[in-house]
Amino acid sequence: MADLNLPPNSKVQTGKTVAAADGATRKKRLKIYRWDPDSGENPRVDTYEIDLGKCGPMVLDAIIYIKNELDPTLTFRRSCREGICGSCAMNIDGKNTLACTKAIDDVKNDVAIYPLPHMPVLKDLVPDLNHFYAQYASIKPWLQAESAPPPDRERLQSKEDRDKLDGLYECILCACCSTSCPSYWWNGDRYLGPAALLQAYRWLVDSRDEATGERLDALEDPFRLYRCHTIMNCANTCPKGLNPAKAIAEIKKMMIDRTV
Amino acid sequence: MSLRSPLGRARGHGSAKAGVHHWWVQRLTGVALVPLSLWVVFSLAGLADAGHAEVVGWISQPLVTALLLGFVIAAFYHLQLGLQVIIEDYVHTRPLQLIAQVAVRLGAVLFALIAIVSILKISLA
Repeated sequence: MADLNLPPNSKVQTGKTVAAADGATRKKRLKIYRWDPDSGENPRVDTYEIDLGKCGPMVLDAIIYIKNELDPTLTFRRSCREGICGSCAMNIDGKNTLACTKAIDDVKNDVAIYPLPHMPVLKDLVPDLNHFYAQYASIKPWLQAESAPPPDRERLQSKEDRDKLDGLYECILCACCSTSCPSYWWNGDRYLGPAALLQAYRWLVDSRDEATGERLDALEDPFRLYRCHTIMNCANTCPKGLNPAKAIAEIKKMMIDRTV
Repeated sequence: MSLRSPLGRARGHGSAKAGVHHWWVQRLTGVALVPLSLWVVFSLAGLADAGHAEVVGWISQPLVTALLLGFVIAAFYHLQLGLQVIIEDYVHTRPLQLIAQVAVRLGAVLFALIAIVSILKISLA
């Protein structure tokens, strides 16, 4: 059955507080989840006071500032700092989003930062995404076609068919949606989750792909697909403004189309 | 601890090749239950002051008997499908999950049968 309490070694404790340097005029406090697997200690929330005049406008700027100036042990993933790589996905102010596209000013009070929910934590803000990526690989996210491509050019696609990929191809696999989904929390071992299913639909709806039947066969499962209960947290949290719930609904419609 | 690869774990036992029927029937029974439930509620409310003979006479009308049977079958079918999903969602201890699934299925059939037999007994008496 469900565990209502965290195990004793997972209870989050209050950590240290690092005050802003003297002379700071625009102070902002960040409360950041910390956990070091090598320390043997419980996770804790450290508080860092920063001077907004000394760092850039985004939450990623703030945590990079903390790592550079206040605490080099703070661990997180980041790369492109412009919302296209998906590395810095984390839970900020109670909502999964990208630290690089979330403005500090958008958070009224202290900025609470936690790793993506309900994933194994490797360290601090770094979750273990191996299973998430394996689920993505399991939907065979590449073009499958038996017809030989034209010898002198690429496979053609009409403009109308290309338009069907809009709202799907923009997904950067940051995992914000899947880790916001209660169904994924409770059954993520078997439920593919919104991100993998949106990607699955991206290939189901691609006019150049010839494996639609096999793809639907692979998805037709009480857990892989039908664990989606249209909770819509995925669409609510997607930092790219996409709607995975709609893509999942379209897959369910395709299932009905070949049955009824 | 398992050294199985992440992809092997993600693929698991493969697709069950099922789920469409469950999803479709849950929606069909749901759609059917909207008018049927309203009809049952308002009919019973209208019979609040009726005597025994009047209620028995109402149930015995062929259309009423058929609609009541339809309501009972749709309601218990829908109930079983819904509870099945809730158990799949939240009960993760395997023996407990199996026991709960069997109990829900058999319980739904049992109570549906009791309702059906009762309606038919009144209607055909």
